[in-house]
Amino acid sequence: MFGGAAVYLCLVGIVETFSRRWVIADVVSLGHVVLLAVGAGAGYVATMSHGEFARRRGPLAALAAGALVGASPAALLVGGAAIDLRVMFINASPQLYQILALGHAPAAAVPLLVALGAAAGLAGWALAAMAPRARRTLLSGLVVVLIVGIFQDLLQLLLQGPAVVTAVRGAVFTVDGPSAGGAAALCVLTWAVLAARGRYDGALRRATASLSPGAQRGLQALRWALVVGLLLIVPIAGGPFVAQVMVLVGLYILMGLGLNLEVGFAGLLDLGFVAFFAIGAYTVALLTSRGEHGIAHWSFWAAVPAAMAVSLVAGILFGIPVLRVRGDYLAIATLGLGEIVRLLVLSDALRPWLGGSFGIVLIPKPRIDGWELSGPRELYYLTLVASGFIAYVAWRLQDSPLGRAWMAIREDEDVAEAIGISLVTTKLLAYGLGGAMGGVGGAIFAVLVGSVFPQSFSLLISINVLVLIILGGLGSLWGVVVGALVLVGLPELLREFGDYRFLVYGIVLVVMMLFRPEGLLPAAAQRRELHAVDDVPAGEPASAIAVSGAGSAEA
Amino acid sequence: MALLELDGLQVSYGAIQALRGVSLEVHEGEIVTLIGANGAGKSTTLNTISGLLRPHRGTVRLEGHDLTLVPPHGIVARGVVQVPEGRRIFGRLSVLENLQLGAFTQRSSHAIREGIAHAFALFPRLQERAGQLAGTLSGGEQQMLAIARALMARPRILLLDEPSMGLAPVLVEQIFEAVRRINREGTTILLVEQNAVMALETAQRGYVLETGAVVLQGPAADLQANPEVRRAYLGQ
Ligand SMILES: Nc1ncnc2c1ncn2[C@@H]1O[C@H](COP(=O)(O)OP(=O)(O)OP(=O)(O)O)[C@@H](O)[C@H]1O
Ligand SMILES: [Mg+2]
Repeated sequence: MFGGAAVYLCLVGIVETFSRRWVIADVVSLGHVVLLAVGAGAGYVATMSHGEFARRRGPLAALAAGALVGASPAALLVGGAAIDLRVMFINASPQLYQILALGHAPAAAVPLLVALGAAAGLAGWALAAMAPRARRTLLSGLVVVLIVGIFQDLLQLLLQGPAVVTAVRGAVFTVDGPSAGGAAALCVLTWAVLAARGRYDGALRRATASLSPGAQRGLQALRWALVVGLLLIVPIAGGPFVAQVMVLVGLYILMGLGLNLEVGFAGLLDLGFVAFFAIGAYTVALLTSRGEHGIAHWSFWAAVPAAMAVSLVAGILFGIPVLRVRGDYLAIATLGLGEIVRLLVLSDALRPWLGGSFGIVLIPKPRIDGWELSGPRELYYLTLVASGFIAYVAWRLQDSPLGRAWMAIREDEDVAEAIGISLVTTKLLAYGLGGAMGGVGGAIFAVLVGSVFPQSFSLLISINVLVLIILGGLGSLWGVVVGALVLVGLPELLREFGDYRFLVYGIVLVVMMLFRPEGLLPAAAQRRELHAVDDVPAGEPASAIAVSGAGSAEA
Repeated sequence: MALLELDGLQVSYGAIQALRGVSLEVHEGEIVTLIGANGAGKSTTLNTISGLLRPHRGTVRLEGHDLTLVPPHGIVARGVVQVPEGRRIFGRLSVLENLQLGAFTQRSSHAIREGIAHAFALFPRLQERAGQLAGTLSGGEQQMLAIARALMARPRILLLDEPSMGLAPVLVEQIFEAVRRINREGTTILLVEQNAVMALETAQRGYVLETGAVVLQGPAADLQANPEVRRAYLGQ
């Protein structure tokens, strides 16, 4: 099976595309890493399937499995030399064979491939046999090297400026990518850091716990200052491209915060969330555009509150028809409501006002005192301020009586009603406030692009936002941020891998849902539910679990 | 004037008429029980009092004020609080969080703290398990939590729907002891039960419901002595 996977990865072109990227310059490419990982995976699975007690047969099985994986591309190499596979597989190119041959003649490459496969399989066995903690440390080091390899362009870009920084860059990177020495150093450094943390973590935690409350607050403030400082220098250090990507991430964070309020806090599924984004964008467009559809020529700053108000009202109107709808039907009903908004702005009947498929153009950029916020950097700061503000609002809401009412209806609508919560008010406020947050995102989107078109507001956006909050962890605010970074930021930064990034993406999502169904940074209730059985030692109070859980989530 | 008064309540689920004119009264300070077989309409009666169901004829009055048009949260705010059938606690939340949510209608944090202290005094088992997930409590503890959560709203009248359901005799005894204590502390109680033995021992008065209509009513002692009740509900 794993051999098949290796051949498959070659034939669909992933190996070839990934081979253009050196993880260690001129030695190991990302394509090699993928194949080696398959070999190691085969070894790991082979060992595990033999169980604890068959330790002796473990390495042999792993060795064989790995060799088999190595043999498959070798067979491809031999077969490809004999018959032209390109008729069926356009990716079976000479370049691929060159990559597989590792720079040797095919005859010499075959045993080499098998041997490498076997070695990878053996490595897989070693991983399986290791203590979990050692395994985590070992893999972390390798993953760091891999990440540095994948994001080398970005990192090289970031490591510009002062002499110290350029020196670091020189130490790690050559022209083609990370140098062997640099990669090894990074790996060892990661191990050292992890080992040190493993040893001193407890002591450190005890030390912080014993500080005076004032000092603890100071530490907290310091941490926040650090985060804010980092966020402030991102566009300066990263340049306009990174700023642009981060604006997009910010827009998704805004939408994610809004949808999280509906789905995560209140448990109300919504597949039509893009409607609020569209309504916010169109409100700003109508109120500020200098083109024929503009009705007011307001400034952006006046239009944003209006966009919030309009999408808040829209959210409440949106909520009314689905008040009594539950479960699967709610998904379908909201889906339909979302499409209605898109069809309305697309419709010919409303074209004189909303522009139909031609949209609304000539939306001016925001201005502060004659200074135009036009570049990606300026818009980055605008988005940052907006998401910071909205995140603060969401955070305050979470602990408010309204937030508790949302929690209650999320857990059990009938009981919530029985303990005195008004379902109507609570649900409509979830849709309304969530919608308003999405509307802010739409407002910024309008000025970012300078125009709005119905095509920008497809169902795919609703789905993306939903996926990102699930990935981050339903109901968790930091989860929204992480989800947006991972789901929106990463694909943008990985553009050079073409469409394969989506394939990798799909795989990552499936794996995530299998192994970490509560999301990357889950909220307490979800985490407890999904891991209640295996994590909770009998008699330990839940608060202690929440604390230790939060610790591991931050790790 | 009765504290709670149902007058000719008729309630239907679509074509099925579940209540055919139910009238009953509960006076301040009483424990009144409503007994009946499966499907007699006991839960339907309680849900109509709580405003979760609407009668198409008849009224529910609290101290003479008509409740039939008041929304469910308004009814809770007026001091009529139901403990739903089947111990519907918030399973993914802790015991403490369940209690805090029960106090949703209470605005002063002082009152909430007092309510929690009172709940723990009533059910010391809950205090030991304050941080535990409610879903991992035993059946008896869940019932205690459901009652304690309802008490957090400071009810004048507590509507209990089959608190003994599925519990071992020892636990049933404990729950009923708590019910008596809650009553002694000033809360009026309308108790729906299938366990007629316990219910009639605990209550001062009772009503017997059969297919949506009250067929017998009177002091609990009289009902206990009634040959029909003895045969149908007391298994004698
Ligand atoms: N949601 C519903 N839809 C349709 N019919 C219902 C519904 N709920 C209850 N009924 C019907 O109404 C009648 C009364 O039900 P109710 O739940 O009030 O009985 P009950 O006395 O509480 O019974 P039990 O002791 O089993 O809880 C039954 O015939 C039942 O089938
Ligand atoms: Mg019932």
